[in-house]
Amino acid sequence: MKTDAIAQIGESGVLARSDFAKLLSTLQDEGYAVVGPTIRGGAVVYAEIDDESELPIGWTDEQEAGTYRLKRSGVALFGYVAGAQSWKPNLFQPQRTLWTARGNADGFVIEAVAEDMPRQAFLGVRACELKAISIQDHVLADPANPESDYVARRQESFIVAVNCAKAGATCFCVSMDAGPGVEAGYDLALTELIDDVRHDFLVEIGSPRGASIAARLPLTTASGGDIDAAEAVVSETAAGMGRTLNTVGLKSLLQDNPDHAQWDDVAARCLSCGNCTFACPTCFCHSTEDVTTIDGEVAERQQRWDSCFSLDFSYIRGGAVRPGVASRYRQWMTHKLANWFDQFGESGCVGCGRCITWCPSGIDITAEAAAIRDSLRED
Amino acid sequence: MKKANESRPKLAVWKFASCDGCQLSILDLEDELLALASEIEIAYFLEATQTASDGPYDLSLVEGSITTAQDLERIKTVRRQSKALVTIGACATSGGIQALRNFRDVNDFLAVVYADPGYIDTLATSTPIADHVAVDFELRGCPVNKYQLLEVVTAFVFGRKPMIAAHSVCMECKMRGNVCVTVAQGIPCLGPVTQAGCGAICPAYDRGCYGCYGPQDTPAMSAMTDVLDAHGMSRRDIQRILSTFNANATPFLEESQRHGTADD
Repeated sequence: MKTDAIAQIGESGVLARSDFAKLLSTLQDEGYAVVGPTIRGGAVVYAEIDDESELPIGWTDEQEAGTYRLKRSGVALFGYVAGAQSWKPNLFQPQRTLWTARGNADGFVIEAVAEDMPRQAFLGVRACELKAISIQDHVLADPANPESDYVARRQESFIVAVNCAKAGATCFCVSMDAGPGVEAGYDLALTELIDDVRHDFLVEIGSPRGASIAARLPLTTASGGDIDAAEAVVSETAAGMGRTLNTVGLKSLLQDNPDHAQWDDVAARCLSCGNCTFACPTCFCHSTEDVTTIDGEVAERQQRWDSCFSLDFSYIRGGAVRPGVASRYRQWMTHKLANWFDQFGESGCVGCGRCITWCPSGIDITAEAAAIRDSLRED
Repeated sequence: MKKANESRPKLAVWKFASCDGCQLSILDLEDELLALASEIEIAYFLEATQTASDGPYDLSLVEGSITTAQDLERIKTVRRQSKALVTIGACATSGGIQALRNFRDVNDFLAVVYADPGYIDTLATSTPIADHVAVDFELRGCPVNKYQLLEVVTAFVFGRKPMIAAHSVCMECKMRGNVCVTVAQGIPCLGPVTQAGCGAICPAYDRGCYGCYGPQDTPAMSAMTDVLDAHGMSRRDIQRILSTFNANATPFLEESQRHGTADD
């Protein structure tokens, strides 16, 4: 039953699997570049896609500390867990030129960098990733000191969220109150409903922009059974978390134990490579560097991602503040799980598990926290 | 800003024991070479021109390692003639692949390679330039990245700090959007302990990094070889992967030796 009435915020409709391509084409007709899941380099990554066939249809992944493998499974479009990289690079560019200074007869003039702002539609944003975007908003879109490129990209972005139908072995969003069901911050939210007789998507409208796209889709009215089925998907995923992080008293546990032996223990395994920080959807640290052309006529101020795991990151006059790996891991974990509250009033961790999966050494932030907690209990 | 009549800084490019690949990186700067040549006087660069002018030089780029008694004296002469001296490439910054001689008896090599070893006069070791004279900056790579080279030359011309990161390859690998070859494919990779600068070329083509930029500023060698071991690299292979273009770089050398010797 086709109806034109499903176009209000908070309303839901059902999109048949056979009509899914219309969601992509409608977004593309609206001028959005659709950035969605696709397979590259042996993993699901988020990249611009033209066509439904580029989605990881019938693929899932198996993640553990330090390992990720794709595997064939079922017919789902969104049957994988979190992608290798979050949406962070699409909103907060790994590197960009902030401004250019050009020499002239009077000295120099500062020129803004003209850049065509991409109009992106993110397809398949998970609850933890939505939460991470909201956390980055608090840092990078702070009205007192906005990161202009981030703000512009954010405003232009259309978000199609997806409720997770599977928890990975490194997932712990439930512990961080960040999933697996999406609650706010999306334009449209999908739940993939698959059983023996159906393959549909429950589509929930979250914004006026979402409503205008939904109005152009062949949605049918969602029944109570459809909504129950979608809720069952989320609650089943919530029950299947591969990891847990006990957050009770976690802030003081970390802040009160800067000299705990566990920091040296993890330092013996830590590569100080920075992969965890660049895979993390909330890590926002960056550096600015000034470069000049060989003729001295043009200078550029460039910004790039930086990491608390690099030695230069804490370099001040006289040397680096964190010369040892133990102090760097402690800085990262304590900032993420404890000091973030003092700085921004919330945790910096969403439990996506990327720092665990994508650590070549397989260091597990939940296990490190548990080791400190357990050692104190034994005392 | 430079005045038209202002004298240009004088650049010299020197070769020691090396393959010339790093010097060629200068000539590979096809789009930037004319601008470079108009801003600096290329006073001594035999790879490019036989025309050479005498020192002193504002900036000397030194390629290659010290492997002969003559070169040991020559580098001191180069240093005396140079306001700033920058070493370029794995040979000049760590001793290069030819530093493999350091771990064996050089006479054994001579006996195998040369019909009449008596004509050969060489040192027992291949050593980096900084072991012998003061070096103002070391640019890594085998070969160096031509854009990093241009950045270093530009920085020295203007007396500013070169913007050359000393962190891991992993960071630029993630910035490039690569998927980690170790985590997703189980491929052993030296990226975590290797200095950035190449643009993470090898992982971008599904290969593990083999460390041609040498150790990053704080390489966790023991943790690295635990990961290599976990991904199936034998003790001998670990010894060998750390004994290539930067075999003589201390962190690689020590960890390599911890996994046996070249004779194993």
